[in-house]
Amino acid sequence: MQKITRDVLVSKAISLLEDGNVSHVLGWRKGEFDYDITPSVFSEKEDIENNFVWNDFCGANFSKYLVQKTRKLEGKILVFLKPCDTYSFNQLLTEHRFDRDNVYAVGIPCEGMADISKVKKICGEGISSIDFDGDNILVNTVYEDAPIVIDAKSVLSERCINCKSKKHVAFDELIGEEGEIIESGRFDEVEKLEKMTPDERFEFWQSELSKCIRCNACRDVCPACTCEKCVFDNPKSGVENKAPANSFEEKMFHIIRAFHVAGRCTDCGECSRVCPQDIPLHLLNRKFIKDIDNFYGEYQAGAEVGSRAPLVDYTTEDVEPSDIFEGRNG
Amino acid sequence: MFKSSLNSINEIFAKIAENATLYLPSDNKDGNAVYTKWENGVVWSNSLNTVKSPKDFFFPQVEDMMAFKTEGKNIEINDIREESEDFVVFGVRACDVRSFDILDRVFLVDPCDSYYANRREHGIIISVACTKPSETCFCKTFDIDATNPGGDITVWKTEDSLYWSANTDRGRELLSKLNLEECGDEAVNEQKAKTEAILNKLPLANLNTDGFGGDKTDALFDRPEWKTLSESCLGCGTCTFVCPTCQCYDIKDFNTGNQVIRYRCWDSCMYSDFTKMAHGNNRLSQVERFRQRFMHKLVYYPANNDGIFGCAGCGRCVSKCPISMNIVKVMKTLGGND
Repeated sequence: MQKITRDVLVSKAISLLEDGNVSHVLGWRKGEFDYDITPSVFSEKEDIENNFVWNDFCGANFSKYLVQKTRKLEGKILVFLKPCDTYSFNQLLTEHRFDRDNVYAVGIPCEGMADISKVKKICGEGISSIDFDGDNILVNTVYEDAPIVIDAKSVLSERCINCKSKKHVAFDELIGEEGEIIESGRFDEVEKLEKMTPDERFEFWQSELSKCIRCNACRDVCPACTCEKCVFDNPKSGVENKAPANSFEEKMFHIIRAFHVAGRCTDCGECSRVCPQDIPLHLLNRKFIKDIDNFYGEYQAGAEVGSRAPLVDYTTEDVEPSDIFEGRNG
Repeated sequence: MFKSSLNSINEIFAKIAENATLYLPSDNKDGNAVYTKWENGVVWSNSLNTVKSPKDFFFPQVEDMMAFKTEGKNIEINDIREESEDFVVFGVRACDVRSFDILDRVFLVDPCDSYYANRREHGIIISVACTKPSETCFCKTFDIDATNPGGDITVWKTEDSLYWSANTDRGRELLSKLNLEECGDEAVNEQKAKTEAILNKLPLANLNTDGFGGDKTDALFDRPEWKTLSESCLGCGTCTFVCPTCQCYDIKDFNTGNQVIRYRCWDSCMYSDFTKMAHGNNRLSQVERFRQRFMHKLVYYPANNDGIFGCAGCGRCVSKCPISMNIVKVMKTLGGND
């Protein structure tokens, strides 16, 4: 359960709106069943009071929306940022993707977000409403008279189990207690893959990526994917953006995309959250992050604005290609 | 009405598979139900439904249509499609059975789509009535009875038994080969009543189609709410690709080096290059693309198909949209729902 209540965020949003400091609020809009939350722009007090939500299902990262919203909307936008969202926020600023002056960023603490599919594996179908009580999630379903009690920790999203930071790296104002950068086990799965034989690893990715339906949700939600026109959306490019034509093409899509965001991916985990086929796409990105850490020294994309990512920088200390080759064989 | 024990289901699957390839929902390693070719050891899923709809069986996501080869001034055109063999799809829910009707009205009308028709002729549908519907279900909105799903054969599941009833000649022929024991319909009626009670308790039980239909283009097209409804749409194709009724496709040529293969693949009205033609693009913004999807399901399709809506209420888009925006929210915002 989140330590900061919805009411605190609602009054913050309303006071900033009413004082004229901001003209829009980027927040989470309630849905039909307490877990189906939609990122949304609020500009009326009443709308915020009635429809703004903040709970364990507010996983959506708003940073990328700022690229589009700061262009379209008049005035300043208030955005609520969880610690992991602030890394994407900084990375987008580094890439000059939105005007910082048009944004008022409020950092909010996060206790980790729930994965609704994990919830459903426990309580089954037919959720009518969800309540929160201390460390528990109470799920009411049409099949049971009493709510099903679930320990919130047992249904945390993978990216939150392996949370890399409770510390905000960007904000104008902070609500609640600031956290720390965490030594997470986020590379454990990557290490398992590295220990596989090439054939085993090929088979792993073959079976994962062959589930892809080319909905492009991973790309469209990715804060590192902000090209005005993606090469895959260009009918003249010779590559198809919507046909998982054969096992080759879809693999290329995900691997090319991982290369393209290497050094810029902050490991926010949105790609895996939105994948309708549960492909662990974040593992491709984490492999790149791990390799960059190994070969160029630790680097966290988005930790600060303006940092030069190792792959687009040159120093005389840079690793020699031959070292990488040896590293791969060793 | 015929009866079999739930324990003997694998023997029945084996019998069906003797004469035709059998597909049924089975859980993959992630625990998601996927239509899988049955062979010994494949277990029928307990999930309510599959992530991807069964429309793939008749209208696959990608299919090769023909091939061209040029030599000098001659063009050789080859029909490279493979003739379908008989197949049986078991475990189809009522919503997805309706989706086949919706697709038929597009692909089987003149000019008939022979690729689709060929598969349709070879496929037998065995539906299974729902017993544990989800909060995302709203098939009732479109007058679909989840307790009586149709298809060639309908199956009802109770705690320990399966009840079988054929609806078509093809279904009767297949059912007669299974040598099942005849029975009355009391147990089925009891199960139907139980499910009916749950259906009435679902959060979307009262969602209605008031305000939508073939004559509502003018009333809905310029509604200002489209802008707010679509404001955070990512423009991805998840809703269209998990949808059992989305039927738009693109046809493209792929140059393999020594020949050109003409293939078609599902397209998504959410994509920026959807129906892109020489003049540029007819829908330049995401608001327009978003509106197109829902207008198609709720207005344009019924306008051309005797008032039948182009949605079956399966709820796949409701559970899979990355930003949880969906047809239910659109209907509640723009229609006559409370």
